[in-house]
Amino acid sequence: MAFAAGAVTPAGAALYPESRPVTGTVHSWDLSTGVDGPGSRFVTFLSGCPLQCLYCQNPDTMRMRNGRRVTVDEVVAEAAKYRRFIQAAGGGATISGGEPLLQPVFAGELFHRFKHELGYHTALDTSGYLGDRATDALLRDVDLVLLDIKSWDRATYRKVTGRELEPTLDFARRLAELEKEVWVRFVLVPGLTDDPANIERVAAFAGSLGNVSRVDVLPFHKLGEAKWEALGKPFALHDTPAPTPEQVAEAKALFAAEGLTAV
Amino acid sequence: MTATPAEKTATPNAWDGFKGGLWRDAVDVRDFIQQNYTPYEGDAAFLAGPTIRTQAVWQRLMAMFPVENERGIHDVDVHTPSRIDAFGPGYIDPDLDLIVGLQTDAPLKRAIMPNGGWRMVESSLRDYGYEPDPQVKEIYTKLRKTHNDGTFDAYTPEIRACRSSGVITGLPDAYGRGRIIGDYRRVALYGVDRLIEAKEAERAAVGAEWPSDANIRDREELAEQVKALRELKTMAASYGYDISGPATTGHAAIQWTYFAYLAAVKEQNGAAMSLGRTSTFLDIYLQRDIERGVLTEEQAQELIDDFVIKLRIVRFLRTHDFNQGFSGDPTWVTESIGGVGEDGRPLVTRSSFRFLQTLYNLGPAPEPNLTVFWSDRLPQGFKDFASKVAIDTSAIQFESDELMRPKYGDDTAIACCVSPSATGKQMQFFGARVNVAKALLYAINGGRDEKTGELVAEGFEPITDEVLDYETVAARYDQLLDWLAKTYVHSMNVIHYMHDKYAYERIEMALHDYAPMRTMAFGAAGLSVAADSLAAIKYAKVRPVRDESGLAVDFEIEGDYPAYGNNDDRADELAVRIVHDFMEKLRKYPTYRDAVHTQSILTITSNVVYGKKTGNTPDGRRAGEPFAPGANPMNGRDEHGYIASALSVAKLPYDDAEDGISLTNTVTPDALGRTEDERIRNLSGVLDGYMASGGFHMNVNVLNKATLEDAMEHPENYPQLTIRVSGYAVNFVRLTREQQLDVINRTFHGAL
Repeated sequence: MAFAAGAVTPAGAALYPESRPVTGTVHSWDLSTGVDGPGSRFVTFLSGCPLQCLYCQNPDTMRMRNGRRVTVDEVVAEAAKYRRFIQAAGGGATISGGEPLLQPVFAGELFHRFKHELGYHTALDTSGYLGDRATDALLRDVDLVLLDIKSWDRATYRKVTGRELEPTLDFARRLAELEKEVWVRFVLVPGLTDDPANIERVAAFAGSLGNVSRVDVLPFHKLGEAKWEALGKPFALHDTPAPTPEQVAEAKALFAAEGLTAV
Repeated sequence: MTATPAEKTATPNAWDGFKGGLWRDAVDVRDFIQQNYTPYEGDAAFLAGPTIRTQAVWQRLMAMFPVENERGIHDVDVHTPSRIDAFGPGYIDPDLDLIVGLQTDAPLKRAIMPNGGWRMVESSLRDYGYEPDPQVKEIYTKLRKTHNDGTFDAYTPEIRACRSSGVITGLPDAYGRGRIIGDYRRVALYGVDRLIEAKEAERAAVGAEWPSDANIRDREELAEQVKALRELKTMAASYGYDISGPATTGHAAIQWTYFAYLAAVKEQNGAAMSLGRTSTFLDIYLQRDIERGVLTEEQAQELIDDFVIKLRIVRFLRTHDFNQGFSGDPTWVTESIGGVGEDGRPLVTRSSFRFLQTLYNLGPAPEPNLTVFWSDRLPQGFKDFASKVAIDTSAIQFESDELMRPKYGDDTAIACCVSPSATGKQMQFFGARVNVAKALLYAINGGRDEKTGELVAEGFEPITDEVLDYETVAARYDQLLDWLAKTYVHSMNVIHYMHDKYAYERIEMALHDYAPMRTMAFGAAGLSVAADSLAAIKYAKVRPVRDESGLAVDFEIEGDYPAYGNNDDRADELAVRIVHDFMEKLRKYPTYRDAVHTQSILTITSNVVYGKKTGNTPDGRRAGEPFAPGANPMNGRDEHGYIASALSVAKLPYDDAEDGISLTNTVTPDALGRTEDERIRNLSGVLDGYMASGGFHMNVNVLNKATLEDAMEHPENYPQLTIRVSGYAVNFVRLTREQQLDVINRTFHGAL
């Protein structure tokens, strides 16, 4: 997990060249294919999240203190190792978490250098709750936003996340105005988010935006349960079943009915 | 569709419509291919499914497999030492077989091939409850010497000690060495008479030289090659075919090529008996028939399907011990598919697709070992189809055409798993592998074996430090590897001298040019354990725990260390250094017949047995735990996903491991994408990215862990479940339980 010690920093066009090195709190990094945006991607997981989602699959990233303080240079040096691979394979870099926008300066600097120094396609994986912390400059360096809309029903949203939905919708509208490409992500949790009326409203909203190129309907799973246990926290959805393939297909159909590509 | 009498004999018009050139005047299959093949850049939509006949033949065999699985072998002829024409004709069904010929007179009946060694034959027979024929035993123990006898006559006590401790294992000293690919296509293109003529000319030229030892050996070998070619004709004639002239149709070209291959597997129980690179060659004939209007796509596919059925039932008699190391009855009938020519045209034809299509028409299977030569310049349609087949069947492997072509040319074929050679122009002396993890323990223990305490490597002092010092260990390891390299080359020279003398591959070498380039293919296992152990010693604190005799039998590790498999140079460069240094050391010692030294980083399934034979190691691995397969990082130590892990492997220098570097990846479908199209595109991308980063080989398994667990519990439901393990594929249900658990416990790269 450690970044290579003494990594050499390539000369890059930093956004804040005069100031001391920008640092941030990172939980881990990973290479993934087909799950964090298109192709094979270098994914940086930032620590800390304002939401406390019941089904969170990375509860170990919720707290800042579970991360490690690193400089932008360190992360960029690690990401740079995959340049040849990513150029040939297709893909890019994704910043995920946790909530990347909890550390907007760090995330912005990373996006800038991923994009301009390494030539990567960039993706921001966010709940949108802190969307107003994303400056226009940051968004200019983001090619794709993976936006979680966890529920339309306000009470359910609050129950799932402990927060309000409105900031996410505001952020979605702003991205639409900026004509920024968005993939909406909707986690289908039986008994929680699967009310057809609820899904229809999310779908209608996403369909109205005009910049949503795809909707990922993600079936709830319990693969993160062990992480909750390791943190000594109860997993609230222990007894919730995974949705059946039919339920997933029905949810996708509701998005498709709004003219969206749902996968 | 059965062969008409006209097809059973060659006609003088065999080459009608073919272009060129050089190949008419001299034996040159590559030139024939280059002048005549039709690249195919489209997609898989043209392919045909199985015919009713194909399904009927395959079902008949499927019904025989459970008995074979249960008993270990279906049947064996204990009386007839096999040679090319030892058996009369055999059929699956004489009315249904399109491509004819079996190793013995019945499907799945195995033959004894005692030239490699009688002991192996006898213990194999006893393992399966058969009594050896006393007369045959007398011949091979009293009257006729074998390769095994010769080798042990010339071994030193030191080699025997290395062999029994397991620091050198899998030496082909008791059975056929294999890994020699005859250019079986020559028989189809030229007919046997023309090949005999060419060999006779070579023989005459060699006979005109002064008779040195080497010259006399060459004369004898060429004489044997000519005899083998004559026997090949006799064998084909027993099936009603005259193959003295060239093949005239696609059907005949496949049959001629198969007869040549069949002759090889009738006579040699080689560790790996690979087919070569036939699909684009055969496509020229099938394409000509299709253009002439005498063959449909369905018929072309049916011929390939029937050919592949025959390749799927190649069988050898082997001991239980062999199966412990190399499980699932492997034969490594490797067929190399695709790639790009030296002129830049892809060597992909419709028949490249047809070979892969057999995995749908007949269902997945480990053999033939279909190997796609990958290049970023392959047509997208072929890339997508190959990726789709890998995702659907987990039965094919990928190797870098861009690394092999510059060294071996564009008519290269893989022998066994990852060993390339120029078809018909190059052969290899196969050499199993050394255990470089055990060797590190020897360096620490002054040459004593950590399991038995016995002295194996003489002349070394044990390291007595309380905490292992990296520089000290590295220096001792260097000396120990030098001793190991010397002992290893020594044993290989003995083995191959005796194999040439007592179990010479007559028919395979008859289908080579005279004086081919020879390589001696050494190997190393336990690379990731050795590299991580050195990383632990260098970056953490490692204290040996010694027994009363001073032998380090365990290690206490304090602190973390960077592990190989995370694309972290600190650890990866230690692995690179072992590969490079060991290769340099091997090169210092002259080889039999001036073979060129090469090395592979490959274990197949023997990583389990190697682990069993190796004590606790300084990386924290417990005694007996399996090694990672091939060049793979150790299970669970790669923390950043399979791409980071793969890029560590890609750093291993191919120039120091020209015999191949094997990487096996097992991913869940979700770890490639959310839709089928996305998974296909992403896998193609991953292969492009890996090879662009210098990667040589990748096995891809796309499976759910639950599927494998269910298959362990209910093997009867998964007769064709195929998975890739370091360089070859196996039926999962035919692995030993330990190997099944090893596969399941191996890092499953899934998306969370």
